Amino acid sequence: MSTISFKTLSKIAGPLIFVEGVDNAAYGEMVEIKLEDGQRREGQVLDTRKGLAVVQVFGPTLGLGTTGTSTRFLGHTATLAVSDEMLGRVFDGLGNPRDNGPKIVSKQKFDLVGSGINPYSREQPSEFIQTGMSNIDGMNTLVRGQKLPIFSGAGLPHNMLASQIARQAKVRGTSESFSVVFAAIGITSEEANFFVKQFEESGALGRTVLFLNLSSDPSMERILTPRLALTTAEFLAYERDMHVLVILTDMTNYCEALREIAAAREEVPGRRGYPGYMYTDLASIYERAGRIKGRKGSVTQIPILTMPADDITHPIPDLTGYITEGQIVLSRDLQRADIHPPADVLTSLSRLMNQGIGKGRTREDHRSLADQLYSTYAQGKDARALAAIVGEEALSELDRKFLRIANNFERKFVNQGFDEDRSIEETLNIGWELLAELSDADMKRIKPELIEKYGRKKISPKEVE
Amino acid sequence: MAVVARISGPVVVATGLEGAQMYDVVRLGEMGLVGEIIRLEGDKGTIQVYEDTTGVRPGEKIVNTKRPLSIQLGPGLLTSIYDGIQRPLNILREESGDFIGRGKIIPALDQNKKWDFIPTSKKGDEVQQGQFIGEVQETPLIKHKIMVPHSVKGQLESITEGKFNINEIVATVTTQSSKVEIGLSSWWTVRTPRPVLRKLPPESPLLTGQRVLDTFFPVAKGGTAAIPGPFGSGKTVTQQQLAKWADSEVIVYVGCGERGNEMTEVLTTFPELEDPKSKRPLMERTMLVANTSNMPVAAREASIYTGITMGEYYRDMGYGVALMADSTSRWAEALREISGRLEEMPGEEGYPAYLGRRLAEFYERGGKAIVISPEERVGSLTLVGAVSPPGGDFSEPVSQNTLRVTRVFWALDASLASRRHFPSINWLTSYSLYADDMGEWYSKEVSPDWISLRKEALEILQRESELEEIVQLVGYARSLREDYLQQSAYDDVDTYTSIKKQFNMLSVILEFGKLEADAIKKGIRSSQIGGLESRKLISKMKWTPENQIDKLLHEIRTSMRQEFEGLLIKVSQ
Ligand SMILES: Nc1ncnc2c1ncn2[C@@H]1O[C@H](COP(=O)(O)OP(=O)(O)O)[C@@H](O)[C@H]1O
Ligand SMILES: [Mg+2]
Repeated sequence: MSTISFKTLSKIAGPLIFVEGVDNAAYGEMVEIKLEDGQRREGQVLDTRKGLAVVQVFGPTLGLGTTGTSTRFLGHTATLAVSDEMLGRVFDGLGNPRDNGPKIVSKQKFDLVGSGINPYSREQPSEFIQTGMSNIDGMNTLVRGQKLPIFSGAGLPHNMLASQIARQAKVRGTSESFSVVFAAIGITSEEANFFVKQFEESGALGRTVLFLNLSSDPSMERILTPRLALTTAEFLAYERDMHVLVILTDMTNYCEALREIAAAREEVPGRRGYPGYMYTDLASIYERAGRIKGRKGSVTQIPILTMPADDITHPIPDLTGYITEGQIVLSRDLQRADIHPPADVLTSLSRLMNQGIGKGRTREDHRSLADQLYSTYAQGKDARALAAIVGEEALSELDRKFLRIANNFERKFVNQGFDEDRSIEETLNIGWELLAELSDADMKRIKPELIEKYGRKKISPKEVE
Repeated sequence: MAVVARISGPVVVATGLEGAQMYDVVRLGEMGLVGEIIRLEGDKGTIQVYEDTTGVRPGEKIVNTKRPLSIQLGPGLLTSIYDGIQRPLNILREESGDFIGRGKIIPALDQNKKWDFIPTSKKGDEVQQGQFIGEVQETPLIKHKIMVPHSVKGQLESITEGKFNINEIVATVTTQSSKVEIGLSSWWTVRTPRPVLRKLPPESPLLTGQRVLDTFFPVAKGGTAAIPGPFGSGKTVTQQQLAKWADSEVIVYVGCGERGNEMTEVLTTFPELEDPKSKRPLMERTMLVANTSNMPVAAREASIYTGITMGEYYRDMGYGVALMADSTSRWAEALREISGRLEEMPGEEGYPAYLGRRLAEFYERGGKAIVISPEERVGSLTLVGAVSPPGGDFSEPVSQNTLRVTRVFWALDASLASRRHFPSINWLTSYSLYADDMGEWYSKEVSPDWISLRKEALEILQRESELEEIVQLVGYARSLREDYLQQSAYDDVDTYTSIKKQFNMLSVILEFGKLEADAIKKGIRSSQIGGLESRKLISKMKWTPENQIDKLLHEIRTSMRQEFEGLLIKVSQ
């Protein structure tokens, strides 16, 4: 461990500083940087060789000069002091108190990055989380330990969706509630306040930990913010047996910060200027969701990202979708049609849905009902597109039926109030109600026995509004 | 002395590497991290490190093992799960906990377990490379053949029946120049293909129980297939379906840079699922290599070679082996990342210029072949690689280079997936270059009508697509899509369809289609046909278990003939 400080900055390039004369900085070692005026910054070694260390600075490089700045190599890699005291607290993007509370002191220090979960240690996530929202519970079910991002667009109400999930999420038949770890990554203070207010109103603030890096805060902190949140979540889940819901918003800002570093390092850029290792980097965040054999707690992740220009093939949503266990996609068209939440269930997906639903978990008809709704809704949307060209009158009888169902699906199934918490039975019953006008032969996805049992029964009007 | 000079992520520069050779494996620093030399200039070299390098400092020492990356082959491979460099993940968990530990060297095979070795040769026999001298019942499904090592020829001086662990000697061979001891296990360097005597043209399909694959786009045993598609289109589920149901004797499943939970799923479901033929747990024929996306990048690159070497080894025993790699794109990206850190001249989209060659070399390791042995033994290795093109655009380098060297293309289609048509394999753009060659097999083994039925079905689907924009074709094509092509991996019955049932389903659907087309020509409305009982029964076929299907088929055939006759009589009245 070298405790000498170096005043040998040879170069500053964007968020990087080049420190000369350092012989054996460790890869990933933390660095304390003292500016001439006494201000401090944190940094981390990105590249090290005899005589030179390249350090990434978490914070503005404004005010940093090649003379007068001193750097101290701290001899350890990035860690976070964790304790129960963190619940109910607000921290900044680097983990320092942002409320007026004391700094967290604890003997327990967790690595911020750490190694990945051994796939052999994982337990298959399979507990159904009832979010009370039909588009999710019915069509793209969330389970404990899943990573399910929200793909949104600028101005779409992803915050409302995420906070409604956080407020309503429960595993039925248990009394355990989720604790929430919330990481704001470069979002506006208004957005962050919205969440804080939501947590406050629902009484969840006491079991919430907040890390806030706002849009006015240094962009380089964003590299650490999600990792602080996940390290905290792992502590709560694996040491304190809690079920933790982690909300990371907005991952697009995280990726921008990553791109900034890559550019400063003059790396060969990958697609649209994002670094070629962005997949691996994002995986090191998202793969921290899950369940571990023999441990009670779990980490469930809901990252939020805004798709630049609503483009789902953009590298940020694209690489995310390749890693996460599905995605909830918000649609501008549905937003315009005044459907709330404007969730497009067809491009959305939950890869863990099958493990969480069915007999003994939700209901035996869930899988096939959902399949039928997808397929009927897809056909209804085709019919809608056709009607736009040839007129509704020219549609076949069946197509008109599909179109009606699609419209009702959006208005009655997907659409629901911000405070409306539907049980899974309510959700499934609305689904059956929508399909009521189809003949058995048009419900190919559902076995006749199930149609008999659930589809043709009279649903009491009380259950469907 | 060799020491670390520079660390930048997974790439380390070292000095003092006198006497080192390319691809030597080294142990690095105080933690003893495992790495491989990938560039040498004088005594200076570049090492790709298979473990996270966080905390390593310049000046730490490096030990050269003087051996290229090799894996141990022997009984115990089946049912195992390894990381990219063949460390058993279950033992790794015992040693370092739930999170991957670093610098651990763990033998791939259980060193103490005693196996019952039964000789099949006797003392005094003349033996040569590849020849079986005995066997071990590795799992109830697989006899593990013990073979004479490569380039050994001589007389068996001793061979002993009994219980041995994988490091004990079971036989000795006296060659012209020396004595060679043979144990239950051997070593092989993963980057070198295990040689075969001669490649053979494939002649039978790998039956997968997946209707769209077996009927329309079959891959041959020993063939190669690519399955590209955007996220969420069904690459992993399809690969897992193959690993579950393909009629291959041995399965190697490589999870390369993908999700941890997907490996967990295999680990939890395979021991419970049974092979339709032998009724034994599927795990008994399976080996897993898991280098998930949160595990170090360089080992991702190695994982593919570790997997294929294990596959070749069982092929050499004369087995039919199938390897699924999910996803080869992550392997290519690992190449790109390392190449970028080496500051090599980037080719297309930053991939190294040798990407195409590496992919070709990988797929070339597949095939049906006469393996090295005196007795004309035949084994096969089928390779199925998933490709994950950015943005779902197949024009990118990994997809394109893969399609150039594979003979089956299963084109996954996001629009089918979003309407939950699964498997979302596009029947218009996919192809199999084996389909024609396999025709003879299907005619002989399934039915002489197979070829014409398949052709007819494809034509109907093709015609439907041409008209699609204007009107939905009558029930015919729709029924093919919904009652035949759509197949749920999650339904206990629908998940697997025998080839015989496939043939019967197809022939019933086509017969109904003909009756329907004829009836419509004679003035019957399609709404009248939609309500027919036989129409309903047809949609039940996929859910009807194999042992009840004959009864249902009979019922459908009888009722559809009667029902259409009835309709036509009504019209003519
Ligand atoms: N054959 C199938 N049957 C039923 N569902 C399927 C099938 N193939 C894919 N799916 C659905 O699609 C989802 C995504 O499939 P997956 O294979 O994980 O996609 P990819 O690997 O291409 O990202 C699965 O979670 C599952 O819900
Ligand atoms: Mg996949």
